[in-house]
Amino acid sequence: MIQFQYIRASTQKTAIETTAKDATAMFIAGGTNLVDLMKRGITTPQKLVDINNLPLKNIDASTGRIRIGALALNSAVAENKLVLDRQPLLAQALNAGASAQLRNMATVGGNMMQRTRCPYFYDTAMPCNKREPGSGCGALEGFNRMHAIFGFSDKCIAVNPSDMNVALVALDATVHIAGPKGNRTVPFINFHRLPGDLPQKDNNLEKGELITAVEIADNPFNKHVHYLKIRDRASYAFALVSVAAALHLDGNTIKGVRLAMGGVAHKPWRLTEAEKALVGKTVSEGTFRQAAEIAMQGAKGFKYNSFKLKMGPNAIVEALKTAAGIV
Amino acid sequence: MAEKKACSLPGDQASSNESRRDFLKQSSLLTAFAITPGVVVKAAESKWDEGIAASLEKMPLKLEINGVKQSLQVEPRVTLLDLLREQLALTGTKKGCDYGQCGACTVHVDGQRVLSCLTLAVMAEGKKVTTIEGLATGEQLHPMQAAFIKHDGFQCGYCTPGQIMSAVACIKEGHANSEAEIREFMSGNICRCGAYPNIVDAIMEVKQGGQQI
Repeated sequence: MIQFQYIRASTQKTAIETTAKDATAMFIAGGTNLVDLMKRGITTPQKLVDINNLPLKNIDASTGRIRIGALALNSAVAENKLVLDRQPLLAQALNAGASAQLRNMATVGGNMMQRTRCPYFYDTAMPCNKREPGSGCGALEGFNRMHAIFGFSDKCIAVNPSDMNVALVALDATVHIAGPKGNRTVPFINFHRLPGDLPQKDNNLEKGELITAVEIADNPFNKHVHYLKIRDRASYAFALVSVAAALHLDGNTIKGVRLAMGGVAHKPWRLTEAEKALVGKTVSEGTFRQAAEIAMQGAKGFKYNSFKLKMGPNAIVEALKTAAGIV
Repeated sequence: MAEKKACSLPGDQASSNESRRDFLKQSSLLTAFAITPGVVVKAAESKWDEGIAASLEKMPLKLEINGVKQSLQVEPRVTLLDLLREQLALTGTKKGCDYGQCGACTVHVDGQRVLSCLTLAVMAEGKKVTTIEGLATGEQLHPMQAAFIKHDGFQCGYCTPGQIMSAVACIKEGHANSEAEIREFMSGNICRCGAYPNIVDAIMEVKQGGQQI
């Protein structure tokens, strides 16, 4: 690994100032993605600002919302009683991600900041516009089995690998950010980016900005939820396709629904049109199938990932059926 | 084939000892500069003394490993895994993939199972680390070690220290209530020999035995 300067930040202010003024400085929290990328020479910060001593670990709830500190560990969030009671979809998604060891290290903010990536991003012998802008995309004509079917560009077809992000986008979370110019909030759906012409930018965070918390407003989606993750092995693998489904039912009538997919785009992919098609309908496999067809409109496969065009809608139907309890 | 040329030295004084000494001095200095990482060059350029110090010098690190307090000096880029194996000769913790994919390097930090290959040692400041060497009590094996032997929970043995550390944590976390749950929560530990059924049996037995672990 390259040498770097290591600084342990004791206040949020110094952490932000130090990182904002130095183009080669990065925050480090759990380090599960960053240290990996540094070992491979893909990410080469010359200064690491360790933020683990900042007081951002709390998970608390007050009227109308649950607030999760950016440094709360993935395992701690997945086992938190408030989360399990109010937002079980988030707990399910977290437990579907990575391994027990990684969830004990990875933080909520770090999970959001893990790179959208593919094997060509990791292979420094291959072109990758995300790793080396302008070098080309190895995946476009390469082995693109894991890649995007929505929202890609000719610059990048990688997918965001986070499971947590899929649940958070479905649950309409809000991201709290502190930065050199002050604080701001961003709707979760606007936090991550599509690749466009700047695939090197995964999200809309500005230099020196720090995620401080994620908030989820209370919602009626605490009962009929399911996170379905389809992957090459039973556990500890990235999703080929995943679906976060949450239903608010009144008897058999769908009063509200939230749907999002993972493993299909450069960012967690919310299925707004399919949601609209479901509201007011009666729970049935046929209804779910119709919504799934709507969800897949605009999807396009590549040479090796066209199976996702079939796996996607099937996964949506299965997730909704399980959430509704009609398996 | 490139034509082989004699190494020519600068100036007419090339053969004099004086010049040769100067040249060697100068060139080794240049070499030293060339292999110096960018951060130091940058720090030097901006006369940023503390920058040089922080990137080149080792940092003090105090932590407790297997009940023994350690006061060490490490470079920031040293992982906990390399610290254990290379500096402290605790080679029970294995380096499998070194990229957080196999679980062979699993240790406990403040009681939580983590991957030592993705943990910078400096980030374990003030923490309590337990490795496979810290599980047994003298000659008395830890119940999980004994169960792995009884159930033949390994073949080549390379993943075993990580499996055992993970298995102990799996029970402590309360994630060993069924075979399916054990398999899910042990999925971060890969065994190329495929000893999984026996590993699950060993964990089930320790869990059901209700021993202090």
